[in-house]
Amino acid sequence: MQITFKLYATLGDLLPSNAVRNVASIDVPEGASLNSIIDKYHVPRELAHLVLINGVFVCDADRDQSGMLKEGDVLAIWPPVAGG
Amino acid sequence: MSWTRKLLRVNLSNGTVTEEALNMQWANDYLGQRGLATRYMVEETDPACDPLGPDNKLIMATGPLTGTMASTGGRYSVICKSPLTNAIACSNSGGFFGAELKFAGWDMVIFEGRAASPMYLSIENEKASLLPADDLWGKSVWEADKVLRTKHQDPQTRIACVGRSAEQGCLYAAVVNDLHRAAGRSGVGTVMASKNLKAVVVRGTLGIGNVENPEAFMSATKAGKAVLAENAVTGQGLPAYGTQVLMNVINEVGALPTRNMRETQFEGAANVSAEAMLEPRKSDGKPNLTTNGACYACTIACGRISTIDRTHFSVKDKPEYWINSGGLEYEAAWALGPDTGVDDIDALTYVNFLCNEDGMDPISLGSTIAAAMELFESGAITTAQTDGVELKFGSAEALCWAAEVTAKGEGFGRDIGLGSKRLCEKYGRPEFSMTVKGQEFPAYDPRGIQGMGLAYATSNRGACHLRGYTVASEILGIPEKTDPLESDGKAGLVKAFQDATAAVDSAGLCVFTTFAWTMDDIAPQVDAACEGDWSTDRMMEVGERIWNMEREYNAKAGLTGADDNLPARLVSEPANVGPAAGRVSELDKMLPEYYAARGWTSDGSVTVETHSRLGLPG
Repeated sequence: MQITFKLYATLGDLLPSNAVRNVASIDVPEGASLNSIIDKYHVPRELAHLVLINGVFVCDADRDQSGMLKEGDVLAIWPPVAGG
Repeated sequence: MSWTRKLLRVNLSNGTVTEEALNMQWANDYLGQRGLATRYMVEETDPACDPLGPDNKLIMATGPLTGTMASTGGRYSVICKSPLTNAIACSNSGGFFGAELKFAGWDMVIFEGRAASPMYLSIENEKASLLPADDLWGKSVWEADKVLRTKHQDPQTRIACVGRSAEQGCLYAAVVNDLHRAAGRSGVGTVMASKNLKAVVVRGTLGIGNVENPEAFMSATKAGKAVLAENAVTGQGLPAYGTQVLMNVINEVGALPTRNMRETQFEGAANVSAEAMLEPRKSDGKPNLTTNGACYACTIACGRISTIDRTHFSVKDKPEYWINSGGLEYEAAWALGPDTGVDDIDALTYVNFLCNEDGMDPISLGSTIAAAMELFESGAITTAQTDGVELKFGSAEALCWAAEVTAKGEGFGRDIGLGSKRLCEKYGRPEFSMTVKGQEFPAYDPRGIQGMGLAYATSNRGACHLRGYTVASEILGIPEKTDPLESDGKAGLVKAFQDATAAVDSAGLCVFTTFAWTMDDIAPQVDAACEGDWSTDRMMEVGERIWNMEREYNAKAGLTGADDNLPARLVSEPANVGPAAGRVSELDKMLPEYYAARGWTSDGSVTVETHSRLGLPG
């Protein structure tokens, strides 16, 4: 299924080459866990700090679960960042 | 000790400059900077005074760690009663001015009265004098800085200055130091100009020679720096991307206020983000961001130094802006961008430069222009007021024009200089003003980040993110993740952030250290520098004391629990998109819990018991 995959800040270079402005459309297997996608794109797990599906935070414990994603979802990931 | 134990009192009405001993009992109770200067305000001013009259005072204050080798120990604050909010104002700035003031041997400078004609204060160690500034009046910060440097002929001189906006009565004028660092919020620059005080020029060569326990201080500051270096936020994220990295984060979570807070996500956010600042532009192949920058003693270096595309309409005929200056930080980029609907990064950078050049708070400026755009689109104002300019959301040209006329106090710029609250009242649509206590909101929508709604409503200086930055917990997971859409537990969280921040602001340190440091990292540094025992518990107690003192000052200024509110839009118009869609701020639920956590009455007054427990003045 197709999802929108976003990697920001220092992770941006890990996106596939068709990415535009930190955003790529990727194909993932049905039932893929978040960590399987994180690993596939070589995102160091310790840097997958802020992990959001459609803007909602997913805690570490839920990232190995299958079925978190559905067709058309947006998965966005940041390393530890802050501002203000 | 670390305090110099000396302050400079400058009476602008009679032209006297006198040395005075610092009240060390107050220093023990309120630490320094924000807390200690507010204690002097409580003692010496009538909270009901006219903020722009001679009875208001303006204090430039350092903390005990200012000027030391503690990381980020270069901060100073400007404290006075605010003309924007009529509440206590305390605006904190970095750069190098604060450390230089300490090197000259002064913990703080208290300005009182009003000069008959424009003056500036020159400080060279013990020697301080008021000098005429007639030739500086009417000049921008950048122009005045150049003239003063030529006069003083010392490249190490540090200058804090107000620009034309302050002289023209813009109610959110800043005090700018080191050309692009600013005590930005609440109109502290307006108060400085109201006293006919254009600038403070300082050169100090005395250094810091009074740290209580030098060996322990070396050890504590070294340990603190290691924590900052090893933390992914302060060691990598902030230096590389700056605060602007939040633009895409806050948009993704659906809490990016857009077009005067009517919406909660901005379609152009990526175009004005930290990532966009790094992209090479077509005209010259260079990115917006030139480099990062650090304030005195800072080992984080989050500052942005930027250029504007020389072919951009705003500057193509203005080579004076083909320079490097302080670039976009997140709050400024949000107010000038998403809140006005403009996604042109060069227009935003240009307006940010104007804020540096003429000393305007970019948060209040952008938010007020956003309100003006809503007034224009509703028909409450027309091109008759705007000199023919179509002041519409999304217009970069209109944004640049509005900033230019406000900087100089020309035409409709004088209305924009009133701030959002007074502007919207003047044109009959007060509901368009996105303010608390008259101060404009920063860049987080309380419908999507519930704790921030409470933090805004109860902030002692009006809507502000830096008085209780629960975004750290609710969005960024620092120190631990909480649910931004949940209001349960936020009263205690807001109180804890408010008290801790008041202590950090009074130490001379930057609040950004707290993305990595806890009070357990900070207290040993203060303890080694200062006499007495400064534990984590004592630091938190000092923070709570400061917060309550500010609250009591505001109460005497006429503010009540009824001022702990949010605009109707945020409590009755649900967020339109994103995770918070359908939600409003649950302030009504959180506020009573907060008052109880504070030990206040149900209408928000400090109780006799709390007043007594904290040993508050009066």
